[in-house]
Amino acid sequence: MSGYQINGTVAEHDEEGYLKDIGEWNTDLAGLIAKSENIEMTPDHWEVVNFLRDYYEEYQIAPAVRILVKEMTKKFGKEKGDQKALYALFPYGPAKQACKIAGLPKPTGCV
Amino acid sequence: MSEQANRKKFLYVNRRAPYGTIYALESLEVVLIGAAFEQDVSLAFIDDGVYQLVAGQDTAGVGMKNFSKTYRALGDYEVRKLYVERESLAERGLTVEDLMPITYEDEDDDYAEKPSIHLTDRSEMARLIAEQDVILSF
Amino acid sequence: MPTLHTVNKSPYERSSLESCLDHVAEGDSVLMFEDAVVGARRGGKFIATLKAERPSCALYVLGPDLAARGIKPADIAEGISVVDYGGFVDLAVANARVCAWL
Repeated sequence: MSGYQINGTVAEHDEEGYLKDIGEWNTDLAGLIAKSENIEMTPDHWEVVNFLRDYYEEYQIAPAVRILVKEMTKKFGKEKGDQKALYALFPYGPAKQACKIAGLPKPTGCV
Repeated sequence: MSEQANRKKFLYVNRRAPYGTIYALESLEVVLIGAAFEQDVSLAFIDDGVYQLVAGQDTAGVGMKNFSKTYRALGDYEVRKLYVERESLAERGLTVEDLMPITYEDEDDDYAEKPSIHLTDRSEMARLIAEQDVILSF
Repeated sequence: MPTLHTVNKSPYERSSLESCLDHVAEGDSVLMFEDAVVGARRGGKFIATLKAERPSCALYVLGPDLAARGIKPADIAEGISVVDYGGFVDLAVANARVCAWL
């Protein structure tokens, strides 16, 4: 069984690295997942990850990228709600990488 | 050719209660994925389909994901027309008060919150069906 | 432009046929296929419901599904036309949209 080893426990993930149980997520684990994606977490990264977690908590889905951009713009302004800026933070795509770090399932419609 | 010219009217017809079968969740996922194509989308809730929008769904006991909250995200995806059949509600002892409030923000009106749910008579529903380009049934 | 409505569940088991008939518009067509064909048999209790729609809608039933269930064309209530798969396609083409009542 594959999993992230952290603080003496193992958090299982699927073949693509998404957490199997969203309930096992914590900030240490997020840091570890980020490292496995070659991402060093900065406050800007956390802003996106926290936004995704809040969105998921409210709607039970991870938003599509264009929805993320639109809603980030509404909440944080144009500089943050920018597709290029999001891809600069998460080179393989905010949906793919930020959701994984946030402990969320793979976004609906994301192949 | 403008994008407007390629827009078609899509109606998703939902006639089943959630959780007993996969239809309701599948329909919702297709709507969310299909939203990327920027078509003129409407959702119809007929027969037991009205139960998809009933407030206070709690799936902890059946061990399934409660996807009822996701209908409230539809506004973000510009899916803003949810037609609920009045007779279907009444036949099941339900009223519009039993449904979740679902709204969208109207960017052309200073982001005012407006209701997405429209209570629709059966005869109006028949007219709605008759004006579509594509109907997807679940 | 009219709509082709399709029903594939037995009206004795599900409400699909009734829901369909509640939402047809004048000039529409209704095609019963798969298990729904049992609703087209003469003497059945849904014939009255179907009859009520006959002036405004054209009613069809799919022949191969009748045959498979041992229902002969002569057993079909009057006013309902039997079509084959080609006829199904023709109906789909002749209407502006197809609405499936699952």
